[in-house]
Amino acid sequence: MYGKGLRALSFSTVVAVTGALTLVFFYAPLDEEQGFLQKIFYVHVPLAIIALCGFVLGALLAIAHLRTRDPRWDMRSYVVIHMSLIFALATLITGSIWAKGSWGHWWVWSEPTLVSFLIVFLLYATYQPLRFAIEDPERQARTASVFAITAGAFVPMNFIAVRLASAYLHPRVLGNTSNLPGPMALTFVVSLVAMGLLFATLCKYELTAKHTRSQLRALRRRLGALPDTPSPRRSAAPGQGVAGQRSIGARVAGGGAAP
Amino acid sequence: MSATGQRASERGAVPAGAGRRPAVSMRTAVAALLRKELLVELRTLESVPGMSLFALSTFVVFHFALNRNTVDGDLAAGILWVTLLFAALLGVNRLFVADAEDGGFEGFLLAPVERGALLLAKELALLIYLVVLELVAVPAFVLLLAPPFAHALPDLLLVLALGDIGVAVVGTLVAALAVRTRARDLLGPLLGLPLMVPIVIGGARASSPLFAATHAGSPAARWLATLALYDLIFGLIAYAVFDFLLED
Repeated sequence: MYGKGLRALSFSTVVAVTGALTLVFFYAPLDEEQGFLQKIFYVHVPLAIIALCGFVLGALLAIAHLRTRDPRWDMRSYVVIHMSLIFALATLITGSIWAKGSWGHWWVWSEPTLVSFLIVFLLYATYQPLRFAIEDPERQARTASVFAITAGAFVPMNFIAVRLASAYLHPRVLGNTSNLPGPMALTFVVSLVAMGLLFATLCKYELTAKHTRSQLRALRRRLGALPDTPSPRRSAAPGQGVAGQRSIGARVAGGGAAP
Repeated sequence: MSATGQRASERGAVPAGAGRRPAVSMRTAVAALLRKELLVELRTLESVPGMSLFALSTFVVFHFALNRNTVDGDLAAGILWVTLLFAALLGVNRLFVADAEDGGFEGFLLAPVERGALLLAKELALLIYLVVLELVAVPAFVLLLAPPFAHALPDLLLVLALGDIGVAVVGTLVAALAVRTRARDLLGPLLGLPLMVPIVIGGARASSPLFAATHAGSPAARWLATLALYDLIFGLIAYAVFDFLLED
């Protein structure tokens, strides 16, 4: 069910990422001021945009979870936020490299977007500890969704506050894509699409893996290979551990009643 | 106080007898819950004295850590806001503990009132704690570290009020998120600090001209607007999501 379309998605991601990298290195012109260093822009900015969109998407999925009480929405919200957190970490690292290259420091406080990103990253870094610290799976899912909605609303608010607080230092290429010359803009758009596809593919892989694992456990339990007690290894992820077992139990019971 | 309680029970009894659904009005419920909060705090003295003492100790720590007898401008505003924020987090950590441990949530859920009443009452209680904290901490700050700034007091009160509302709103939400986790003492501050960064930005930037050595300037309108916007947005969000934290 979750694996449907995974191959096509993976294939288009490979094509898009290869195409984007080709454009970055062989098509886009060198920047007059920054030279070769400016090429990190095509990785850093799409990463940042996708990570922020992912956080907001996680909040929307959490709203869907609270409205429908369907644990699948919670799983999707978890996966999207998990992946966005990784993308945000990559954004911080690439941003830091860029800052070192252009201003000579690994960290620049006068750069509002980077500082906002750090605050957002620190906030979302508590998402998994929060889940991990709640044992009841339903309460864990609800609390995580409430957190996801609050944090999703915090993202734009935080960007406004930090941007107000610091003088503007960002290189102009970053602030406004309409200022870009044509080849650069085209490369940027292709990179953004490639990064979005990469995000979607990774999310789909994680969802598929979790789904497959819970199905495997269900089959094993039917064969009597697994004891009925929950596994001692706990996880912050939904759908494994106790939550997964409960839904599997329901499915097995349903299957028994059907014929 | 007893008159309020009596009136509350009367109002609660009449519609219930008439068989209507909303048994107790929102305002009555909030008043009763707030009264309960304040009574518990008055009898146990668990939060406010600790918060105030913590703020005093932090000023002493700042004095030695910075090796300064007086501070002004940015530094003074920063010390005041960091101290108030950390002291507030102490109160945030304690805010729902009694309800979680002694069955307060279950009792509240049995009552025929809107869930939002608990949120509002807790926010108001935290706000009152913060005001009492500042009644101690701000004079102590002036006494120990800050330059005299009596002329700027009205402006400072405005900034503090806007910041307090934000801390109360976000703090209550964070406390409700963290209280039924295994590591609530750790998670409360971890969740709260990043969420309150905009309050620190707005509060510290708005109050730094008030502490300036030259006694010039008033808080810039954009920082007050940022604080007010933050209060409004998080007030609405907290009200929208709080119900889901109480379900069982």
